[in-house]
Amino acid sequence: MNSAPAVLDRDGLSALVKVLVADGRTVVGPTVRDGAIVLAELTSGDALPYGWGVELEAGRYRLVAREDGAAFAHSAGPQSWKNFLHPSRERLWSADRTAEGEVSFTAHEPVAPSYAFLGVRPCDLRAIAVQDRVLTGGRYADDGYGRRRRGALLIAADCTEPGATCFCVSMGGGPSADPGYDLALTEVVDEEGHRFLVRAGSEEGARLLEQVPHRDADTVMESTARSSVDAARDRMGRSMPPVGLRELMGASLDAERWNDVAERCLTCGNCTMVCPTCFCTTTEEVTDLTGDHTERWQRWDSCFDLDFSYLHGGSVRRSPRSRYRQWLTHKLSTWHDQFDTSGCVGCGRCIAWCPAGIDITEEVAALDAERGTEAH
Amino acid sequence: MADVKTRPRLAVFKLASCDGCQLTLLDCEDELLALAGEVDISHFLEASSAVAPGPYDLSLVEGSITTAADAERIQAIRAASRHLVTIGACATAGGIQALRNFADVDEFRRTVYAHPEYISTLATSTPVSAHVDVDFELRGCPIDRRQLIEVITAFLAGRKPDVPDHSVCFECKRRGTVCVTVAHGTPCLGPVTHAGCGALCPAYHRGCFGCFGPSGSVNLPALIPLLRRDGLDEDAVGRFLHTFNTAAFDEELGK
Ligand code: SF4
Ligand code: SF4
Ligand code: SF4
Repeated sequence: MNSAPAVLDRDGLSALVKVLVADGRTVVGPTVRDGAIVLAELTSGDALPYGWGVELEAGRYRLVAREDGAAFAHSAGPQSWKNFLHPSRERLWSADRTAEGEVSFTAHEPVAPSYAFLGVRPCDLRAIAVQDRVLTGGRYADDGYGRRRRGALLIAADCTEPGATCFCVSMGGGPSADPGYDLALTEVVDEEGHRFLVRAGSEEGARLLEQVPHRDADTVMESTARSSVDAARDRMGRSMPPVGLRELMGASLDAERWNDVAERCLTCGNCTMVCPTCFCTTTEEVTDLTGDHTERWQRWDSCFDLDFSYLHGGSVRRSPRSRYRQWLTHKLSTWHDQFDTSGCVGCGRCIAWCPAGIDITEEVAALDAERGTEAH
Repeated sequence: MADVKTRPRLAVFKLASCDGCQLTLLDCEDELLALAGEVDISHFLEASSAVAPGPYDLSLVEGSITTAADAERIQAIRAASRHLVTIGACATAGGIQALRNFADVDEFRRTVYAHPEYISTLATSTPVSAHVDVDFELRGCPIDRRQLIEVITAFLAGRKPDVPDHSVCFECKRRGTVCVTVAHGTPCLGPVTHAGCGALCPAYHRGCFGCFGPSGSVNLPALIPLLRRDGLDEDAVGRFLHTFNTAAFDEELGK
């Protein structure tokens, strides 16, 4: 798309939400609930978290008021778009036994909501691309994910306010949205006012932009927006050590550090649930009391669950050590073998939402240090 | 509806407990008729004084063993039951009455009762599984209605109940609750507690109280410094852990 960048003000953004709702879309975006910026259905632009930001640390998330009134100056919320594209529970099929004793199956392929995701961070845009590879590529496609994903419109929001747990730059990403969006916003708040630079990334994005009041961007606006995104690049709260992660993981199978982290890890599974790329599921069969009706449901699972590695006779990864190691090794190493990409985009959620504050970048640094000591 | 003669026979028994768990069965209003059509409720004193003798196909047992008489009775119940499922924190972990396990029962008896000589009790409150083989333990104080129906349904279908033994945090994340520990610094036992309630308390901005006891994979020592970080002093940590599943959490602390 090469239509020229445009500028929307707050009313323009609200008008965009209105157009999307009128188009029959389910608009999902950030909003304040229960002391956090969650993702939820928005019926109006006013529900965006104007004037709210976050303070992040390992194991700590606090909502803080912002004087500038920005709507997209926050990161590492408790959910990701995975909660909508790859929901925590989904019915796959049901079966009924008829009076004659025959069994009939019904596949559940509900019409997917026509989503519009508003405010997708660049890291999360990359995470969606990772899940696309995992869940729609290859032999084991997840049809439900595919249906929801095909219908979803993505409105990215460049990152101008990285948090203390963010490290996307060191994972090869950055605060500016990669292609793949329909529209991309850069929020600018300064003496000139509160506005959004908008770039269209698809025909649909350009069509939408035409329907809302906007003006053409001048070069000053463009360069202000660009420099605040550039500045964000240097303000990442954390960084992944610049080492070959695949090799490090391969060399660390017997590291002492796994014992150390296993003493702190609660094996509670929060890290995998908040991770926007973690995709593992299990299936459950539910029968009713009569036994004549049964349903198969898919639900999120986690490598921290003992039953996750349950094979005939018992679980394979019984120790917390083996489960944390599985998580990190899969994320940073074997994911490349399976999907030709890293499983981590550096969003920082697993650091912030781990009740114990276990930090993936710190664990990698410790593994690297341990390998260094051994080499000498 | 299955034939009365061939319908599996269900019994409900109570030991030392508050009745809340068996009440959960009566609480299954929507499913109760269907259940009555599938099983023959042969012994359930809370619902009916008409009781039929065993053997029973499925016995649900509530309560812990606190007296010599209970210890004998559970042997008889086991002998009369093809399948024995214990329900609730008392039956699966000794309940809140297991606080006595860490105290002097004679002193309690003297302090509480005008005529302590009338009271005949054991020094400990123990789970049913400490006395007889148990086919399945359903946790909770009280148990969860949906899980109870699932256990009975699974029994009728001859399959394993879908009762995951991971942490309450799994349920929090699946229902989209904002973590009260991370976002508010509220002490929470969810990371070490068995799922089953659907993460009820965090959904109402409260930390998990541990009603379902330790999960299948617990690292309780790792949680203690976090509870201290979130403002509980040593005594408060002790009180937090010593409630409905006191004996089970205490065992985890010792690991
Ligand atoms: S790393 Fe943290 S969030 Fe993940 S399982 Fe361990 S304690 Fe839970
Ligand atoms: S591993 Fe952690 S930082 Fe990386 S994508 Fe997942 S949640 Fe984000
Ligand atoms: S609120 Fe408690 S149970 Fe829920 S995720 Fe946080 S620590 Fe776990």
